[in-house]
Amino acid sequence: MRVGLFVPCYIDQFYPQVGIATLQLLEKLGCEVGFPLNQTCCGQPMANSGFAAISKGCDKNFIQNFAGFDYIVGPSGSCVLHLKEHLHESNLSPTATPINKKVFELTEFLVDILKIDALPANFPHKVGLHVSCHGQRGLGLSSMTELVAPSFSKPEKLLSLVKGLDLQMPVRRDECCGFGGTFCVFEEAVSVKMGKDRVEEHAHNDVEFITGVDVSCLMHLEGILKRNNSKIKTLHIAEILNSNWE
Amino acid sequence: MTTTTIKDHATAAAAFIKDEPRTDWHDDTLWFVRQKRDKAAHSLPEWEQLRNWASQIKNHSLSNLDNYLIEFEAKATANGIKVHWAANAEEHNRIIYNIIAANGINKIVKSKSMLTEECHLNPYLQQQGIEVVDTDLGERIVQLRNEPPSHIVLPAIHLKKQDVSETFHEHLHTEKGNNDPQYLTEAARHHLREKFLISNLAITGVNFAVAETGGFVVCTNEGNADMGAHAAKIHIACMGFEKIIPKAEHLGVFLRLLARSATGQPITTYSSHFQKPREGQEMHIVIVDNGRSKQLGRPDFRNSLKCIRCAACFNTCPVYRRSGGHSYHTAVAGPIGSILNPNLDMKANADLPFASTLCGSCSNVCPVKIDIHDQLWKWRQVVVAEGYVATSKKWGMKGMAFVLANPSIYRISGKIGRWVMRTFPFLTNNKTFNPWYKQREMPTPPKQSFTEWYKNNK
Amino acid sequence: MSARNQILSSISKNKPELTELPNIDIQQVISYKDLIEQFTNTLTGIGGMVVQISDEQEIIATIAAERAAGNWVADTLWDTTDAIDKLRFQSAESLALIEKTYIKGTVGVAENGAIWIQEHQMVNRLLPFICQHLAIVLPKEQLVATMHHAYAQIDIAKVGFGAFIAGPSKTADIEQSLVIGAHGARSLVVYLV
Repeated sequence: MRVGLFVPCYIDQFYPQVGIATLQLLEKLGCEVGFPLNQTCCGQPMANSGFAAISKGCDKNFIQNFAGFDYIVGPSGSCVLHLKEHLHESNLSPTATPINKKVFELTEFLVDILKIDALPANFPHKVGLHVSCHGQRGLGLSSMTELVAPSFSKPEKLLSLVKGLDLQMPVRRDECCGFGGTFCVFEEAVSVKMGKDRVEEHAHNDVEFITGVDVSCLMHLEGILKRNNSKIKTLHIAEILNSNWE
Repeated sequence: MTTTTIKDHATAAAAFIKDEPRTDWHDDTLWFVRQKRDKAAHSLPEWEQLRNWASQIKNHSLSNLDNYLIEFEAKATANGIKVHWAANAEEHNRIIYNIIAANGINKIVKSKSMLTEECHLNPYLQQQGIEVVDTDLGERIVQLRNEPPSHIVLPAIHLKKQDVSETFHEHLHTEKGNNDPQYLTEAARHHLREKFLISNLAITGVNFAVAETGGFVVCTNEGNADMGAHAAKIHIACMGFEKIIPKAEHLGVFLRLLARSATGQPITTYSSHFQKPREGQEMHIVIVDNGRSKQLGRPDFRNSLKCIRCAACFNTCPVYRRSGGHSYHTAVAGPIGSILNPNLDMKANADLPFASTLCGSCSNVCPVKIDIHDQLWKWRQVVVAEGYVATSKKWGMKGMAFVLANPSIYRISGKIGRWVMRTFPFLTNNKTFNPWYKQREMPTPPKQSFTEWYKNNK
Repeated sequence: MSARNQILSSISKNKPELTELPNIDIQQVISYKDLIEQFTNTLTGIGGMVVQISDEQEIIATIAAERAAGNWVADTLWDTTDAIDKLRFQSAESLALIEKTYIKGTVGVAENGAIWIQEHQMVNRLLPFICQHLAIVLPKEQLVATMHHAYAQIDIAKVGFGAFIAGPSKTADIEQSLVIGAHGARSLVVYLV
């Protein structure tokens, strides 16, 4: 299977190590991974701000770059959700799979498509999991505390395969971190307060790292942690799953 | 003391959050209500099925609304209830005033009705010299303080017992400094009992109106709707027309969902079913549009009319809990308000769909499965298309769209941006010009983007 | 055009395409092994009291004792027709002096501790709300599991006024502190006979 690696714009620019970890992880798991060099952004920042009408350029660029892959995998719940919900091609042949059905977030790809049940990764640390909203409620990566339904979690399943990892969940298991796209600057006060509250719950659990499937959440939490001189670091789940393979 | 002078959510929220301990208290209090809701929901294995039924009943009701209203009117009229129709808030207020004036009444009591809040009934009547006493304890407290309710179910949730004590000391002459909720409630009981006994006219809201029977249901924990209505010669019930449900059996679904969603109780203390006026009493019902038929005509937003006003969405919303109801500057705040209010006045409420991170929790707790967070996203598109967005934001977005649609421009901009951040950190590490930087460090700008690394290493 | 016609024509023009009503299947909802136990636990949890009685005379004796102590007790079950009729036409000011009311209930709901009371059982619509304390007498066979079952048994269209009453009145409007006894009765005791 040919997998196209989708690296969200802010990961490309600010967190290349997450893209690298994702690429290495997929290759170690036997995927033939291509990286279209002209990819840019999924268009979510504009669309979520009410400017979906002008994000068509991003759509077009994405479709052009990722034509011909069996799967498109990206380390971001929110970007993948946006693509699944809003990316539509015109002039699609009736037998072709629409592109938005081929896009997967990393953990859902590993669990649902590759059906991973073992990972020779080592990460002997106390880790807090932040449940990112778009991945959880949008993509169904894990069950939701609001619903009366059986519990499950794709990210937790993967983390449970990592040797030595001590997973800690915050008390408010799936409350939003407050990033919310441009919300993080236009509603700065609420955004930061929400982030501070998340961080406090993880600090209470005395974790060394906070992880999740969305770098946007982690970037926001990391900003707060650093400003407050916290020892806690943030790592995308790809970095943990790719860690110290034996 | 009222915060309604601040008309945009972000500014009002920032002011609210300045008092961090109080914000934590407000947030914890409402989170606790959310937890009680969860416990109640989990006590019924069929909870999600109930939500499906409720959603389908409401979807069907909206699709046959005119016929149900006609049926309701016929049955209610045959039962002796006088049915009035009001196209907008002004008509609603006038109809009510006319009934009051025609009977030479000047003191009335009112139990909770968000519709009357939406229509600004109280100030309208007060201007005509009518004394209106809100009898729900939370509403009476905010009424005495001359401020609007901050939550549609828990009107005084933003107040501490000291605040209530001060207000009651001033207006009801309770002991100064006595903050005991039992003591204060007892004082309110006596004070409001007098009002019930002397009022000849009571206004109530309507939780559900049943087309099949022509009757309506009013739910309270305090019993104030009943104390008012059964003691008064005239009872006026006010309803938005979307409160109609087809059959009596559907009440089983809604009454099982309403209180559990609102406060985690299995049912409110009183669920009063009004069918006919009592002998010698006049009963009126005012059916109100006030923008609802317009919302009905919006395919993306009509589902917001399914709302049963439980406020579960308020309690779960991480933004509402940390900004308080007054930040939404409307009668109905919270997530549901943010998808209802832009229809009423898009300019004044253009900020509300953006008072959200689109986390989706609201849609999950909604007992009638309104796709609230999807509608928030869709309203953003409408608000921007109508031009209700800051020019600077518009140009910023256009710039972003241009850069991100052009791979080479994107790569160069990224490279330059990171270089600037590394070389002139003071430009972005600036609390005045960069809101991010007020309370957060910027991410560290790497020398190589992923794409550059890939080109060099693969 | 009248407001009525304006509104109805607006709705007719704007409403979505007709969808189906769901079938409410009572088989799919919760059931309880012991209705009395569920009802008792739930009602007690929300501030009410449940007393199981095998002989109505016990209640009648309680009423007599309460009256002997000087309380105005309204008894809509066993009092004379005259006495009950008097209650029907009392003013609100007068009824406000009632200490306790005894009323018969129609059906009780185990899932939430509520009891359906109809107008003719109340005698006067204010009676169950204006008294300081409320007692409801309910035959124990009249307990059902859920609201669906209750609505299946009653016909709300046939009564001018009816209410589900679940416990004493209450409020948590002051800093979320639960206070029992808001505007309605301060206490509720249910006699299951």
